Amino acid sequence: MKKIKIKKKPQPNIDMTPMVDTFCVVLTFLMLTAQMRQPEPIEVNTPFSISETPTPDFNTMSFLLSDDGVFMNFDNGPDTLLRYRPKILVEMGNLYGIEFTEEQQREFEKYPSSIGVPMQNMVQFLNTPDAALRKELQVGIPIDSADNQLSMWILCARQVNPNIQAAIRGDATTHFSTVEKILDVLQTRNVNRFSLVTNLESATINLDEIPE
Amino acid sequence: MAQVGGGGEEKGKGKGKRKVKAPPFIDMTPMVDLMCLLITFFMLTTAFTKSKVMEIVLPEKLQNEEEQTGPRIAASRTVNVILGPEDKVYMYPGRVEDFNNLPPLMETDYSSEGIRRQLLERNATLARRINDLEQEVLTGRLQISRDSLASSISRLKSDDDTGPIVLIKAYKDANYGNFVDILDEMNICGIARYTFMKIAWYEEQMVEIAAGISSTASPN
Repeated sequence: MKKIKIKKKPQPNIDMTPMVDTFCVVLTFLMLTAQMRQPEPIEVNTPFSISETPTPDFNTMSFLLSDDGVFMNFDNGPDTLLRYRPKILVEMGNLYGIEFTEEQQREFEKYPSSIGVPMQNMVQFLNTPDAALRKELQVGIPIDSADNQLSMWILCARQVNPNIQAAIRGDATTHFSTVEKILDVLQTRNVNRFSLVTNLESATINLDEIPE
Repeated sequence: MAQVGGGGEEKGKGKGKRKVKAPPFIDMTPMVDLMCLLITFFMLTTAFTKSKVMEIVLPEKLQNEEEQTGPRIAASRTVNVILGPEDKVYMYPGRVEDFNNLPPLMETDYSSEGIRRQLLERNATLARRINDLEQEVLTGRLQISRDSLASSISRLKSDDDTGPIVLIKAYKDANYGNFVDILDEMNICGIARYTFMKIAWYEEQMVEIAAGISSTASPN
């Protein structure tokens, strides 16, 4: 080989391949494990507790609680074929004399976050593709004694899925009267055991200072 | 052909000699940029820490509320905890016998030096037993599974007959965070027996006197 004169300094060349490989792996991992955080109709900061029981994935009806109203959500059951969500909607429709089309049921089934729409507006809510209008219709489920739709939702949910468990996801600043109302509604429907959704914190106890 | 550097020098070398081909070089930078972006996106949208739940069981509600009487328990073991307004907790022991002469409330807060200290003092025996058991498991002296630790603790709790019976009540200005906090304190202090019940009218009055709120409760 002849000598080649190097006139220009060659640019330093960094081999990106290992980096790309690592990125690929991380990306694939994240994509496969991702559970998208669904935007809820209201922002809720749950209180803290030392409980370490994880939130169950299935058979839960969760109530989103804040001073702005009550919203609720069900899961579709441990098997996608069970399709609990549309069934609950149909049951509710029967009670309120509303018939939901196949398309509206599907729309309800795939709605990703909690719903707080009074039954009177449910058809309008499911028909519109407009997210802004939908947000406007999310006013919270009526819970006053004259028109206690939350109680009906609980009834229907338990009829469709007898194994369903109640979980309350409340904002820490929610006024206690709202909480009391929910507890009251749950208890009149004979739901006495429920879970409160919290964030994990640590707590220390100091037994040394306490006299025997 | 993906040749880098061009064939300018080949002419002079003659036909037989082939130039060693430089491996094709692909610029990866845009791809890395894109991947960085995607990774950031996924990391931010993924909910890594799953929220936890705290189980609570309330006593069954009676159809006829007038039939509902207070639990028949020893007044000497009873501790009433009332969740007050502005993140305050009020406590009083025993039971109110004379409605014209309401007992004073003890004011405290949700810190570890407040309500936790109070509860631990009353529940020292049981709390110590639970703590010892947990320490033995932590240090490895006692090797049992998590489940059997939980069942041992619940056995300790059900065997206990000296600790306080805590009745939790909420004044109307309390909030949901207070409610969770107090239930959490029950778990932290290892209180064996506690329940949540509706606040009585005289207890509302007691809170109002202690907090200096003008009275709104009526004796009914």
